[in-house]
Amino acid sequence: MTNWIILIAGTALLASLTLSGDNYLLRLATIVCMYATLAQSWNFIGGFAGYPSFATAAFFGLGAYVSAILQNQGLPMIAGWGVAGLAALAFATFIGGAILHLRGHYFAIASLIIAEMLREIVNTTPDLTGGGMGLNVPILRISVAAQAQFFFYAMLALAAITTATAIIVQRSKFGFGLRCIQQNEDAANILGVNAYAYKTGAFVLSAVFVGMAGAIYASWVNYIEPPDVFDVLLAIKPLVMVLLGGLGTIFGPVIGAFVLLAFEEVVWRNLLTVHAAALGFIIVVLVLFLPNGLLSLARERLFRRKPS
Amino acid sequence: MTVLLALDQVSRRFGGLHAVDGVSFTVNEGEILGLIGPNGAGKTTLINLITGVHPASAGRVHFDGRDITRLRPHQIARLGLARTFQIVQPFPKMTVLENVAAGALFAGGASHFREALVAAREHLAFTGLADSADKPAATLTLAQRKRLELAKSLAMKPRLLMLDEVNAGLNPTEIDEALHMTRKVAERGVTIIVIEHLMKVVLAISERIVVLHHGQLIKTGEPNAVLRDRRVIEAYLGAKYASAHSEGRA
Repeated sequence: MTNWIILIAGTALLASLTLSGDNYLLRLATIVCMYATLAQSWNFIGGFAGYPSFATAAFFGLGAYVSAILQNQGLPMIAGWGVAGLAALAFATFIGGAILHLRGHYFAIASLIIAEMLREIVNTTPDLTGGGMGLNVPILRISVAAQAQFFFYAMLALAAITTATAIIVQRSKFGFGLRCIQQNEDAANILGVNAYAYKTGAFVLSAVFVGMAGAIYASWVNYIEPPDVFDVLLAIKPLVMVLLGGLGTIFGPVIGAFVLLAFEEVVWRNLLTVHAAALGFIIVVLVLFLPNGLLSLARERLFRRKPS
Repeated sequence: MTVLLALDQVSRRFGGLHAVDGVSFTVNEGEILGLIGPNGAGKTTLINLITGVHPASAGRVHFDGRDITRLRPHQIARLGLARTFQIVQPFPKMTVLENVAAGALFAGGASHFREALVAAREHLAFTGLADSADKPAATLTLAQRKRLELAKSLAMKPRLLMLDEVNAGLNPTEIDEALHMTRKVAERGVTIIVIEHLMKVVLAISERIVVLHHGQLIKTGEPNAVLRDRRVIEAYLGAKYASAHSEGRA
């Protein structure tokens, strides 16, 4: 119940950002919501099921291209986003069947090459995808300010839906089964958990919303190209965010996205020449001193308050 | 007596090694069967074949008249075949209660989580772990973890329970308690296969014994008859000892 209240309150608070009328702030908030969606999605497979997936970039790029291509064929924008989600779902089911029998590092490497594979496919089919030249996405014919608001609301809604899904999953039999798999897959199997189906389910959940985020992103920036939407950072940043916020928790991924992007922005503004090094240093320090994520700080506080 | 589990010429090869080689035997409903053999005889591999962890290279396994040779582990678990692991396998970060609830929820027919928790509390009380219900499983002692394994298996409402060395590493008092508990489980009508190293345990509890050696079945029968068998003594103590002490049916 608390989780739902936090989700609704947080969403409402963020939505009120549009009142500020500051487009820089809106742009930042849109990116935060996008990464919150990616991090929250990664948490299904990486946090709940314990499978370190690097396939996020693949689903993002897939969603972006599917939606962009269909919109250029005349499909309405919102329908394009929906189809992008379905495409990511179908693709994750197919790929999951191929690589989810691998574990640990082997799974990580297999999931990493999926984005590269898709990128090559896009590069070698210029007639359909524009190849290395990139692809224009139909522009929404409304004012710049209205666009900023619209895409912010779209990303916020997507992040909220993804988080709501996480809340439902965590309390369900499905979520419980994933926790069993994460802690001991062989034992889970012997206890009657259909590990294969459950892992595939988690992998699919880690793809659907990411595909839609990619589609919304494509409509937002109006132009996509392979190095942009298949960027390996799209796979790595969500993972860092989840580790930062708290693995396998509900709001950890969202908090992680907030904190990492805020850091990025501040560091980038003040230390332009060495911002990558400074950011790396901050991440290392956080992981060393807060291995269970930022949420563990709050939890320790709560426990200490209890007289025991 | 009805046959609950039937193995027919079951084999498993790992490369050139015949870990289990043409083993056939049956387990009757309600009996306690001892499965013994020296180290490396193929006991645990045989259990892995029955539970679907490894597919059999040849042969068939029937459970309650149904061919389960090609079923996957979770399907076999849901049919009512439970096992404990020689090396205990708890979900370390979950509480003891949640560990047991997993068995009730995924194989024991509990329709939702709350029902599974209720069932889990019963099994914890039965195995004497009620006081540890809310502790993380990782904090239990070895003897407690072995009981947790048993509680998890019982939560699956098994018809056949395979206990893989549940007594290894326990002290004599703990072994007596474990034996007592095994008998109580049997009294509930659960058929049991006890895989054991400790002769004392096997003799005390089994109605019938199956002896494996180098992956082959070398003897089945009543405990005392099996222990007098020349090949069994040879397998455990060597040929010299066997010719001096057995009844010499070689």
